[in-house]
Order: sequence, then structure tokens, then C-alpha cells
Amino acid sequence: MFRIKNLTSITFLIISYHSLLIGNTGVLKNKYFGMISDTVIDKTICYHCGDDCVTEQHISDDKHFCCHGCKSVYEILSANKLCNYYNYNDHPGATQTGSSKRFDYLNEPSIISELIDYTDQHITTVTFYIPHIHCSSCLWLLEQLHKINPAVHYCRVDFMKKQLNIRFDHHKISLKQLVELLTQIGYEPLISLQDIIKKQNTPARDKLVQKIAVAGFCFGNVMLLSFPEYFGISAYEQSFGHFFGYLNILFTLPVVFYSGREYFISAWKNLRNKVLNIDFPLALGIAVLFIRSCTEVIINHDPGFSDTLCGLVFFLLIGKFVQKKTYYHISFERDYRSFFPVAVHIIDKEVETPIALSKLETGHRIIIRHSEIIPADAILLKGDAMIDFSFVTGEALPVQKTLGEIIYAGGRQTGEAIEMEVIKPVSQSYLTQLWNNEAFTGQQHNTTQTFNEKVSKYFTVVLLIVAFGSLFFWMQTDLKRGVAAFTAVLIVACPCALALSTPFTMSAALSIFDKNLFYLKNTRVVEQMAAIDTIVMDKTGTITAGDGNTVKDKAILSADEKQLIYSACSNSIHPLSRMICRYLGPQEKQLVNKYEELPGKGILATVGHHTLRIGNELFVFDKRYSSGNTTKVLILIDDVYRGYFEFSHQYRDGLSAITAMLRKYKLYLLSGDRDYERQDLVQFFKDPGTMHFDQSPQAKLDFISTLQKNGHNVMMIGDGLNDSGALKQSDLGVAVTDNVNNFSPGSDAILDGKSFKKLPSFLRFSKDTVKVIYCSFLISLTYNLIGLSYAVTGKLSPLVAAILMPLSTVTIISFTTLATHLLAKKRNLL
Amino acid sequence: MSILYFLIGCSVLLALIFLGAFFWAQKSGQNDDLYTPSMRILLDDNDDMHTPPIHIVNAKETNDKK
Repeated sequence: MFRIKNLTSITFLIISYHSLLIGNTGVLKNKYFGMISDTVIDKTICYHCGDDCVTEQHISDDKHFCCHGCKSVYEILSANKLCNYYNYNDHPGATQTGSSKRFDYLNEPSIISELIDYTDQHITTVTFYIPHIHCSSCLWLLEQLHKINPAVHYCRVDFMKKQLNIRFDHHKISLKQLVELLTQIGYEPLISLQDIIKKQNTPARDKLVQKIAVAGFCFGNVMLLSFPEYFGISAYEQSFGHFFGYLNILFTLPVVFYSGREYFISAWKNLRNKVLNIDFPLALGIAVLFIRSCTEVIINHDPGFSDTLCGLVFFLLIGKFVQKKTYYHISFERDYRSFFPVAVHIIDKEVETPIALSKLETGHRIIIRHSEIIPADAILLKGDAMIDFSFVTGEALPVQKTLGEIIYAGGRQTGEAIEMEVIKPVSQSYLTQLWNNEAFTGQQHNTTQTFNEKVSKYFTVVLLIVAFGSLFFWMQTDLKRGVAAFTAVLIVACPCALALSTPFTMSAALSIFDKNLFYLKNTRVVEQMAAIDTIVMDKTGTITAGDGNTVKDKAILSADEKQLIYSACSNSIHPLSRMICRYLGPQEKQLVNKYEELPGKGILATVGHHTLRIGNELFVFDKRYSSGNTTKVLILIDDVYRGYFEFSHQYRDGLSAITAMLRKYKLYLLSGDRDYERQDLVQFFKDPGTMHFDQSPQAKLDFISTLQKNGHNVMMIGDGLNDSGALKQSDLGVAVTDNVNNFSPGSDAILDGKSFKKLPSFLRFSKDTVKVIYCSFLISLTYNLIGLSYAVTGKLSPLVAAILMPLSTVTIISFTTLATHLLAKKRNLL
Repeated sequence: MSILYFLIGCSVLLALIFLGAFFWAQKSGQNDDLYTPSMRILLDDNDDMHTPPIHIVNAKETNDKK
């Protein structure tokens, strides 16, 4: 224990040294900027979340906070003496702006029972997925929950899965109160209908690790017992030889019947479906090895092939293990259910009651509050609707809706509470009906065969021909030798190296993609990527960065006027106001006498002696002049028009490089938006015919399937829920996201927006990877040929088999790993 | 040399015990989370460390000097 404490203090020393350095550079930076302009005020950073503080209102214990939420989190923690939270990491919290959630639905017994893991008379256990878990402070605080509320008995964080397992006394604290407590300290759990947590926590059914353990255990013991045989056993120690032989047989029993069982089952299943896959020769090899070892040991008192058999199964299982890569924090299977709320409030006879989403029907009157999601297509009845469709379309700016308008499901209300009438059930909505399409309901269409599957068919046939050929050749002279040759061929040609080449190459490739923030669902995806010839891209959120709107200043403003605008806009939480504030940078704030924000229109403010009108054309001039293709915010100071701020989308880094380098591929653009940006996009997509605008989610899906019918292998790159259908239908669906912990629709791969520019390298690298597999296949064939030249003579010694098998395996593993890494270096991916 | 029979029996038994231990660990979920414990061990569990962190104090001092 003493050592551990020492270690901690050393780490702290290192950390403090680091921050000392950082602190110094910070001082330098301040000096540097101070020289440029003296008006810049020191930026204050929120003690809790590290965001810039726009106002100076929130101060507690001499610490600045960006908002009331952050401050109250700090106050709760300091009241409970949990301020160590801030010592482990700088600014560990999440910003608390704009989070006011209601958890009334957690009082409904039917909903509770779906969420909890276990309950009895006294305690309840529940597991939450908390997206914000990201550092040691999070871990520390969440495991100290019992200090805030003693009714919590036990908390355990699983860092990689971002899960919190809580056991609590449900008489003293209800589930709702527990969730509220977590939300109060800044760790709001993500509660969704599609329960990913429970799916993840069900133990793997195939028990691969246990099987490897058994195989490894037996392999080690068999090798030990076989060593005397390799060096030769003298005549008077023969009894030991027999003893070791019998022991070896004993050890092979669990290897064949426990560890290797899957291969027999799979081979049998495939045979019944009239498919020859690689499991068939493997199972045949295992069976022959086992039978021949048994007969040799029991009848002839020879050593047998137990060592080869155990090694074979052990390495094969390792290959299987390597192939299975799991990303705990990413889910590839999400659909709308993981995004929609669990429950919604309806108004029934003037009373507001929470209702489970599955019970929502047409005609229900629902109430949607700030930052809640509209779960079904509905008509707006009351209130000002500013709907943020960023999750659905990737569009960053909220859209204003008027009374009586139909609002499609998936939007998030920002602003005041609104009342709506449901016109379609949840599953039949404009967006969600996508999931009724056959792309989702039908069988998985994995038409593309992997190289391994293609080759193993022919391999098996050739193997059987050689085996039976040598059997018939020797049978005419010596039946015993014929059988020996037959079995030897099946043993030596057992495609162990072939079976390992794909998993090891692919897992190496997967880890390289992973390092470049490109997460693939499984190893199969790499080969699918190599076969792609057509690429379809979504626009908003995919080739435009989610929050990458650039502000253009089309107004000539004096320093004083900038301060006026900043003072007015800093009062608003509207994204455009925020962007203007960020654009203008920290300015001295002037006293705002009068302030009024008209949702969907603009700001009316009196700052000092000046009146300001900031907003859209309709608001400032009562008139729409241009049908411009960009968002504009106009400024009127003291009834004098001063110009406007222009917001335009920014395309992701390297888009032009991608479209230029991807000449070998057919490129399409599918957008749900109007064709405002057609002119801007022509430079990237050259041929206007490849750009399609105004596409509904269904139309996107249909477009992909038309391409596929024309024989193309289509890769779809999208980001929002509206691309879900196209992503699913395509041969390779890639979801682009700026934060992998955020929601992303179900897909084959998830690409971090930062790595978007590496897409051409990814595609080339996937082709390289397939070439590595071809090469390793050739290597394993060479080994097989060498082995076969021994085997067909019928004189295969166990020692040759025992050397050849591990040697080929090691060659393949090192070749594939090395080659993949070298190629990744060549493509600048390492 | 017959002692070898006994010794091999012992070694196999011992190895089997370890294999059994591994199975037990696997079954009781000890290998489910292999990452979090490595972070947990670095966290202190005494409550009275209610003082400002060391490194911030240091940074402030250097600020003052300049």
C-alpha cells in the first residue's frame, strides 16, 4: 500500500510539473496578446467545465462559472466535501447550460421495471449509460455518490463502457430522485428505449476465452510431455513414452470436444447448406489428427500428433479472438429508439401525465419542453416552436415553425414549451417509417463474399483430390501406407495458416483505422471497403462540419459599436447570437437598459443611449429583400442600417482533395436540403448531374438501391437519422460524427469528422490490406506444398508436423502484422 | 525414476487448480472490466484533502514572481 501511495504522489508531482509548464506558456500568451491590444480583458474560464465565461455573474468561493448550472454543481460538491473532484483534472465537468430535464416518467412502474437490472424488497440495482464519463475525476466522483446520499449503497463505474452500476435502497431514494441527483452533479444518464446496456452486458455465449484457456493449458502440457520424444527416449525408459502418449491423449480430449467443438458444428451446418467453407477442412484436420493420434498411441505405442493437434486448435482460437474487436463506447446498431425519449407528457383532461412512448397514439395532445425531442409527427397547437433538427439532418440552426404546421419527429424544441397534437403513431412517422423498410426488416444482404470464403471452396476440393489420390496410389501396393498418406495429407494441409491470415491482417488493419479515428464494426468491413466503386455523400453534417459555420462580417463597425452588439447578444442563448459573440471576441460589456428577444426574429435592446435591432430581414426591415442562400443577421443601430453578419457553411477540411483523389470512384451527393449551395459545390463535384437535392430519407435509400441494381458497390457516407436507410442499404455505410460518444445512426463504420480528410488514404489502405491477405495466402500455400511433399509419401513423422504447423503460423502472423504496419506508414496512417 | 509418475501427477493437478481458478475468475466477472481498476488505484480516498490542488498553487506562485 505504501508503494502505491508513493506512486500517486510521484504522478501528482509529474502532473504539477506539467501544469507548471502550461501555466508559464499561458503567462507568455497573455503577455503576447496584451501587447497587441490593451482592450482585451483576461478570459475567465469556468472552474467547472472550462468553457469561456461570457458573464461575470456566477461566482462562488472566488471561482468563476460560466452558468448557473456549473455553479450549482460546484456548490453541491463543496457542500459534500467532494472538491477533490477538481484536483484530479482541470475542469472535469460538462457545461450545464441549457439542461433542464424532467424525469417525471421515472415514477411510472412500467418504465421503471424496464430500466432496472434487479430489485427485491430492500434494494434495487440499475445500470446507467453516462456519456460524460471521460476522466479520473468522473470515476472518483461517481463512486462517492454515497457521501451525497447515504441511500446509495454501492457504485461502480465501468470506464470503457461509460456505465455506472448503482445499488440503492428504493425506500429512501426513488429511481427518479437518483437520476435527478446524477443530473444535478452534471452526469445525466442517457435513458433510451433501445437498451444497448443490457445487450452489452450479456456475457458472450461462445465462451471463447475459456476455450482458449483450456486449449492453451492442454497445449502447454502436451508440449512438455512431448519433449522427451523429440530428443529420443532410451529403450529402458520406454514405459515413460507410453505413459506420456496416454496422458497426451487425455489432454487432447478437452481440446477436441470442448475447445474445437465449434468447428465441427460449423462444418456440419455448412455442409447441410451445401457450402464449403474453411471450417470444413479444419474440422476434417482436427478429426483426422485426433483419430490417428489415438490409434497410434493405443495400437502402435507411437507418440502420435497430440502436440500438433493442441497447437492447431489453440492458434485457431487465438485467431478468432483477435478478429473479435469490440468498441465498448461505440454502438453500430442504433436506430431511432436510442435517440427518442422513453416517455412523453400528454395533456389529458387538463392534467399533464407522463406516458410511455409505446403507448402514444394519434390524437394525443403532447407537451414538449425546452430541449425535448418530438417523438412523433404532430401539428403545432400552441407556443413558439424553434426546432433544432441537427440530429435528423445535421442542420445546425434551429427552424422556426408556425401554428398549425406539421412538425416531423426527431426535432428538438429550443425555447418555451409547446403543445402539439400527434397525427401519426411513433413507428409510422415520416422519419421512423424508414425502419419498416425491407432494408431493416429483411435478411442481412451480405452478398459480397470475403476472399477467404471464395478460396476455401477451391482449397477444400483440391485437398480432397490430393488426399484420395494418394490413398488410391498407395492402396494398390500397401493399404496401410495408403491410409497413412491419406491422413498425413489431411493433417499437413489443414489450412491453419490460411484461416489465420485474414483475422490477423484485418485486426492489424482495424487497429490502424482505430488510431486514425475510424471505427469499423468488424473485420469484414475492410474487405467490403476495398470492393467499393461508388461513393455517395450526404451534405449537411457530412461534408459540412456540424458547427463549422463561418461568420462573415459585412458591416463596418467601430469599436464602440462592436461593444454595443456584444453587450446585446451576450444576453441571448440563440446559436446565432452566441456565434456573433464568439466572433467579436471578449469585449467590454455596456449596461443593457432594455432587452427583448423575439424568438425566430431577433433582439430589441437599448444599450446605453443606443437602441439596437438585431435580427433577420423580416424583423429589421419588415420585408424580405433577397432570397439569399445564406443566413444573415442584420444590424440596425439607432435606426441606421449598419450592415449584416453572414453565416455560411464551411466544408470539411480536404473535401477538394478527396473529390480530386477519388477520380477512380463514382461520386454522388445526396442532400435533404434545397439546392442553395449548388454553386459552391460544383467546384467539388464537377458534374452537376451527380448532385441531388431535396431528397427524402426514403428517396436516399431508393437511390442507393438503384445504384446497386446497376452493379455498383456503394459506400454511403452520412450522419443524420435521415441517412439511416441509405446507410443500411449501402454495401458500406459510414456515419460521420464530430463526437463518437454522441448519437450516430446505425452503420458499418463510424468516422470521426477530424479524420474525414483521410478518406482517400483509408480506401487505398483497405486495398493494400486485401493484397496482404493474398500474399499471406501464397505463403501458407508454400508451407502446405512442402508439407504435402512429405505427406504423400505416407512417411510423415510427428516431429515434422509439430515443427511445420507452428512455424507456418508464426510466419503468417508476423508477416501480416509487419506488412500491414509498413503499408499504413506508407499511406501516412501511422 | 518412477517418482516422475507422481511428480507429473502433482504438476498436472496444480495446473488444473490454476485453470479452475481462471474459470472461476472469468465466471465471477473479474475480467469484465480490465481498465477502470488501473485508474481507481490512483485516486485517494481520504476526505480531508479539501485544499486547493498543489499544481495550481505552484502556477500562481510563478505568476506572482513574474
